[in-house]
Amino acid sequence: MRAFAYERAGGVDEAIAAVAASPGGMFLGGGTNLVDLMKLGVASPGLLVDIGRLPLTEVRETPDGGLHIGANVRNSDLAAHPAVRSRYPALSQAVLAGASGQIRNTATTGGNLLQRTRCLYFQDVAKPCNKREPGSGCPAREGVHRDLAVLGHSPMCVATHPSDMAVALAALDAVVHLRGPGGERTVPLCDFHRLPGDEPQRDTVIEPAELVVAVGLPAPPAGRSAYRKARDRASYAFALASVAAVLDVRAGVVEEVRLAFGGLAHKPWRARVAEEALRGAPATEESFARAAEAELAAAEPLRENGFKVRLARNLAVRMLGDLAAPAGEGSAS
Amino acid sequence: MSTPGPVRLEGREKVTGTARYAAEHMPPGMAYAWPVPAAVPRGRVVAIDAGAALAEPGAVAVLTHENAPRLKETDDGALLVLQNDRVPHRGWYVALAVAETPEAARAMAAAVRVSYAPEEHDVVLTPGHPRLFAPDVVNPGIPGSRERGDFDSAYASAPVRVDATYTMRALHNHPMEPHATTARWEDGRLVAYDSCQGANAVQEALAGLFGMDKERITVVAEHVGGGFGCKGTPRPQVVLAAMAARHTSRPVRLVLPRAQLAAIVGHRAPLVQRVRLGAGEDGEITALAHEVTTQTSTVREFVEQAAAPSRAMYVSPNSRTTHRVVALDVPSPSWMRAPGEAPGMFALECAMDELAYAAGVDPVELRVRNDSAAEPDSGKPYSSRHLVECLREGARRFGWDTRDPRPRSRAEGRLLVGTGAASSCYPVFHMPSSAEVHVTEAGRYRVRINATDIGTGARTVVAVIAAEALGVALDRVAIEIGSSDLPAAWLAGGSGGTGSWGWAVHKACRALIEMVEGRGGTVPPGGLTATADTTGDIPSDPPHAMASFGAQFAEVTVDTDTGEVRVRRLLGVFAAGRILNARTARSQFIGGMTMGVGMALLEGSTMDPRFGDFAERDLASYHVPTHADIHGIEAHWIDETDPVLNPMGSKGIGEIGIVGTAAAVANAVHHATGVRVRDLPITPEKLLGGGTGAG
Repeated sequence: MRAFAYERAGGVDEAIAAVAASPGGMFLGGGTNLVDLMKLGVASPGLLVDIGRLPLTEVRETPDGGLHIGANVRNSDLAAHPAVRSRYPALSQAVLAGASGQIRNTATTGGNLLQRTRCLYFQDVAKPCNKREPGSGCPAREGVHRDLAVLGHSPMCVATHPSDMAVALAALDAVVHLRGPGGERTVPLCDFHRLPGDEPQRDTVIEPAELVVAVGLPAPPAGRSAYRKARDRASYAFALASVAAVLDVRAGVVEEVRLAFGGLAHKPWRARVAEEALRGAPATEESFARAAEAELAAAEPLRENGFKVRLARNLAVRMLGDLAAPAGEGSAS
Repeated sequence: MSTPGPVRLEGREKVTGTARYAAEHMPPGMAYAWPVPAAVPRGRVVAIDAGAALAEPGAVAVLTHENAPRLKETDDGALLVLQNDRVPHRGWYVALAVAETPEAARAMAAAVRVSYAPEEHDVVLTPGHPRLFAPDVVNPGIPGSRERGDFDSAYASAPVRVDATYTMRALHNHPMEPHATTARWEDGRLVAYDSCQGANAVQEALAGLFGMDKERITVVAEHVGGGFGCKGTPRPQVVLAAMAARHTSRPVRLVLPRAQLAAIVGHRAPLVQRVRLGAGEDGEITALAHEVTTQTSTVREFVEQAAAPSRAMYVSPNSRTTHRVVALDVPSPSWMRAPGEAPGMFALECAMDELAYAAGVDPVELRVRNDSAAEPDSGKPYSSRHLVECLREGARRFGWDTRDPRPRSRAEGRLLVGTGAASSCYPVFHMPSSAEVHVTEAGRYRVRINATDIGTGARTVVAVIAAEALGVALDRVAIEIGSSDLPAAWLAGGSGGTGSWGWAVHKACRALIEMVEGRGGTVPPGGLTATADTTGDIPSDPPHAMASFGAQFAEVTVDTDTGEVRVRRLLGVFAAGRILNARTARSQFIGGMTMGVGMALLEGSTMDPRFGDFAERDLASYHVPTHADIHGIEAHWIDETDPVLNPMGSKGIGEIGIVGTAAAVANAVHHATGVRVRDLPITPEKLLGGGTGAG
């Protein structure tokens, strides 16, 4: 790790101004990803502006029936919050499916969204990586990529976004509140993370010195929601594939559905093709399978990760089936 | 179950942080080192430009093959660091930066400019590799190939046959504490605090490499944070730290970064194992072939003896056990917990399960039928062998008799449930050791022996053995271990530590008792000291075969939608001589079994064919079991009385726990799903298949 300057910000605007004034400046939240990357030599900020003590720690109900979640709310606190547990169970489940207890105690809501995509080549500074060094090449395409993307990747990058929380937020139509030198703006979560395209170095649409100040959730949608993650081991492993879903079934017909996949792409993958296929369709396993397969028809698996397509399909079918089952019969909440 | 034994004597020091590990010694004036790994998989270093590194703030020195101290030849080429321009594999150390702080050393290492002349590399093991050869000997110095009877004819005429090939990727030991050394030279003497499994072995290696009398070298390994074999032989960090300390005339600390361990400290090599079993209709084995293909590096020949357990486990009048190896441009493999037995018994015990299904015999009963009173390959009788008792007791405790043997016969919702069994075994090793026991006039005892406690409870069990031999309470006995200045002893490896150390301690205690008795039961003011050396006591060719045995039973669930396998129950019963400390023994057994779950389901290092290194280099990507992966886990044992072994009647317990676990889990997965996965680890993609669900 190289030497760096450290400042503790006294306020949001002060923090933004400090990073804006320093070309190599970065915000420091919980540090569970950034500090790792600094140790690996992947990130080498000249200045860290610690926002950990800024008062962005509130989870508050909004007049429209939604939730406002401060960027500094710790993952553990978010998952345990009564309003989150009772009204957005998919979000609570997703947060608890991520990382380890110790990491969740430190990691923040804003930092979780901004964690970098995962790839072993990105983490190894002795190897090429278009994300780390644009134009140097992507060894993962032909190399070790069993855990990497099957959807939306590009010749430049096949990394996956690791967040579980963001997958639930995508299904819940969350928004990201940003503040930067130019003022405030709000970006739908589904548009916040990017596909790699030919700029894999950009994981999100965030601009320099812009700070995530909060995440907004609209009122909980009708129906039931849940999150399920498939992984190699039972804790402390990234998703091979995951699914977040909200499903409202009336008289055996899908009234409304929202579905998002994790572990498949450079961003949480909102499954709008599947959703479209399901609205108004009978809530049957056949419908769920057809819809999941329609969404995943766009998959372009790499040599070693074709299994993720089947895995994601199975997860979606099982999840939607569980959510469609009358309360008490499904395995999801 | 026996009553819980004594708690670890050093437990308080460890939990309060006062126990000092190799990297926690702070000699005045210490500098810090950081290695520079080769960035090509094979070739030559043509130039090293240390100018920028030496311009870094806090720079002290850069060692390369051009300026590092010269080392004498050794049979472990992996220790001959910074001696020439050759790069035998990616990650091999080509330079060492030394600085005033660890951060400065790291920055220096990044600034060292190395130019290479790369050469074509070959890093992929294939069963038909043209450079495969049959080694004369395999680890730990046993014959590479053995033939008994006429395997080909017996196999050809057997009414029931199994022919299966089992594969696994490389595995890495990854102890919690990385390899580390703090070294200093004082008046021509070298003192090295080293994270190792045996200070005498390190002392001897350093004496050879630096051309010194070993009396001028002290190696201290007072506390060690795990080894699992990769600290069993001296590793490059101690050589580099000693070189840097000599080069800079300062004490130097070197802690190997986790990300560099995979290429430097050893691993279990990838293995291809073909097992053929021929049997009668009743399942009695008439022909057994276990043929192993594996790899080593170009700097050190190490061949994992995976076929060895097939020479000992079952009656097999016609037997062929062979190894073939190819030297590739890869890091050097070495010991990893139960080398030979752990992977070999995965293959053999899965093949036994396949034979059970082929013959229509219960898998436990099949093993009982093929039990052997004598070691099949040597013909020697066992000093004690209670495999059958372990199988029976394990089956009873596990509830094996209610099992429906049909694959895919049990489901709970979307989960398939299956159970599997496997045998365990591990040989008994005794190695010469020496010990000293002192008694004060007040009747307090001090035992001194260079035993090593790598987290196993060795310190405590040495005290238990001494207290028992002396006939005094445990709290009257103080223990000094972990330094080459103490009476020399065997390392913590091959599950041979306790037996070897205990033998010497027991002998010294008996000698002390005789001394006291010879003085009419009185101890003079200065106390009395007795020493013992077991060199003449351990037979070189004992008339008995000696080994521990066991049986493991696993219950798994397989998610039909995801292919995720979870181990719901794991139960082991072991016959490992007399258990000397129930508390720490249980910890060893379940620790081994837990590592076996990792081998079965999680662990694997992927050789990157383009770059020539292992892709997984941290504990986020190299998966070992977490607490959430381990549910019901039980270790039991059968009390064995075996006067042949050693004065304690003990066998080693550090490794047998990992032997058989992977097979028990794999066999349970087959029982659950009907799918026979012969490639470890059993990850979801191997069970998702082409259909919509598992199987």
